[in-house]
Amino acid sequence: MAEFLSLKEAVSKYIHDGDTVAMEGFTHLIPVAAGHEVIRQEKRDLTLIRMTPDLVYDQMIGAGCAKKLIFSWGGNPGVGSLHRLRDAVEKSWPNKLEILEHSHAAMANAYEAGAAGLPLAVLRGYVGSDLPKVNPQIRFIECPFTGERLAAIPSIRPDVAVIHAQRADRQGNVLIEGIIGIQKEAVLAAKRSIVTVEEIVDDLGASVNACVLPSWVVSAIAEVPGGARPSYTLGYYDRDNAFYKDWDAIARDRDTFLAWLKHNVIEKGAAS
Amino acid sequence: MSLEFTSSEMMSITAARALSNDLICFVGIGLPSEAANLARLTHAPDITLIYESGTLQTRPDVLPLSIGDGELCQSALTTVSVPEMFRYWLQGGHISVGFLGTAQIDRFANLNTTLIGDYREPKVRLPGGGGAPEIATSAQEVFITVKHSRRTFVKDVDFVTTVGFGRDGKARDNVPNIGRGPTLVITDLCILKPDPDTRELVVTSLHPNVTREDVIEATGWDIRFADELEITPAPTHEELAVLRSLKERTHAHHSGQQ
Repeated sequence: MAEFLSLKEAVSKYIHDGDTVAMEGFTHLIPVAAGHEVIRQEKRDLTLIRMTPDLVYDQMIGAGCAKKLIFSWGGNPGVGSLHRLRDAVEKSWPNKLEILEHSHAAMANAYEAGAAGLPLAVLRGYVGSDLPKVNPQIRFIECPFTGERLAAIPSIRPDVAVIHAQRADRQGNVLIEGIIGIQKEAVLAAKRSIVTVEEIVDDLGASVNACVLPSWVVSAIAEVPGGARPSYTLGYYDRDNAFYKDWDAIARDRDTFLAWLKHNVIEKGAAS
Repeated sequence: MSLEFTSSEMMSITAARALSNDLICFVGIGLPSEAANLARLTHAPDITLIYESGTLQTRPDVLPLSIGDGELCQSALTTVSVPEMFRYWLQGGHISVGFLGTAQIDRFANLNTTLIGDYREPKVRLPGGGGAPEIATSAQEVFITVKHSRRTFVKDVDFVTTVGFGRDGKARDNVPNIGRGPTLVITDLCILKPDPDTRELVVTSLHPNVTREDVIEATGWDIRFADELEITPAPTHEELAVLRSLKERTHAHHSGQQ
């Protein structure tokens, strides 16, 4: 059964230095507050996994939490580059960052295979692409029935999955609505999981086919209203697109970034 | 009477015209999204637009900044998970056109969105493949829209993120169960199509007021022109009005002035 913890307790208890951590969210429901808590607790040497690393991974990489990033699209959607990610890849600042990159289809398949308890995922992918030349985890196999050449990649099995959702009930069952992305698969593929929610309610109000994670597949739940900002939570608040645009200038310069981080993440958390 | 329009408007309007009402279109963010929604708001009201975030048959009022804005989900017929999107809807063969943008494109329509320079020591690190590598092979055909310059139109891409026809034009030959690949490239200067034999991109239509020299100057290889080179029709009043209104609404929305 999921235990109800503060965000600080949940991150402290379930995320350790050196862990493989998947903080998922496909534009929607990004667990930003949890990422900030990881930065405040100065977690180090994390292998970060995410299909679409965006601002919060840029911040965690710039803060020195990550040694490796596994991803399929690393940018600020509609705006441009993630400058902290680029600085780490191009100039090893603040530390060297190893990268392993896939396509979205491959990562989605790899999470699903992880959730299904399989060692690998198989897809019709990477035809003609140079990605298999730079990622040794992309291989090809022959279908034993048709002989078709198909791509194979290892399943994703994170130590910890971290996601944000609309709400949990008092038993710890979690409802995810809207663009549900890869979050269910990430939680089921991981050894441990932390879910931050907008609110804890008596009744989830879920329709019969809703995306619900039962309490017994979740390690910890923390109530964090606004925990996805500047991303959004459908039904609660909109995406702060203006901030995504502003981030470009903040992240471009190391000192501007460090000042932003100190004021908005490190000091903000210490006061609460 | 001639209308004033920019080359960017010409590009979006030309790209929109390529999309017909009966298509199931898998839409990339940015220029493809602008053109696809312009098509939906003009001549193709029933076109099915699908974004990789899982939104099926979406009808946004403003252009999304990201691939997963709330607007896409709330105006969609339904929203599925990301693995379902890539496995059932894309790989399963339900997409007629994949509509992509790119940072670099070469003469065989290979796309690079990974990096400029060497992989281990990149000069510029770009976002990466995202959905494009499999959109380009699982969709029945692929349209590409990109601004024309020597930076984008290079003889050989630094990295093949997403295959067009491969470095020799033959990457799709004898590969079963994949789509036809790029059939149309729309830029702010012209329309290009692959040569049916060599698969090399050939200019088939010049936009109004654009010369062959303009295209040659903006292309990093010895670009060929079709024997019967056409002139792309200029934008109409309606196309321009709808595009400008869409962009104004979008700008106001993303600046927080909605």
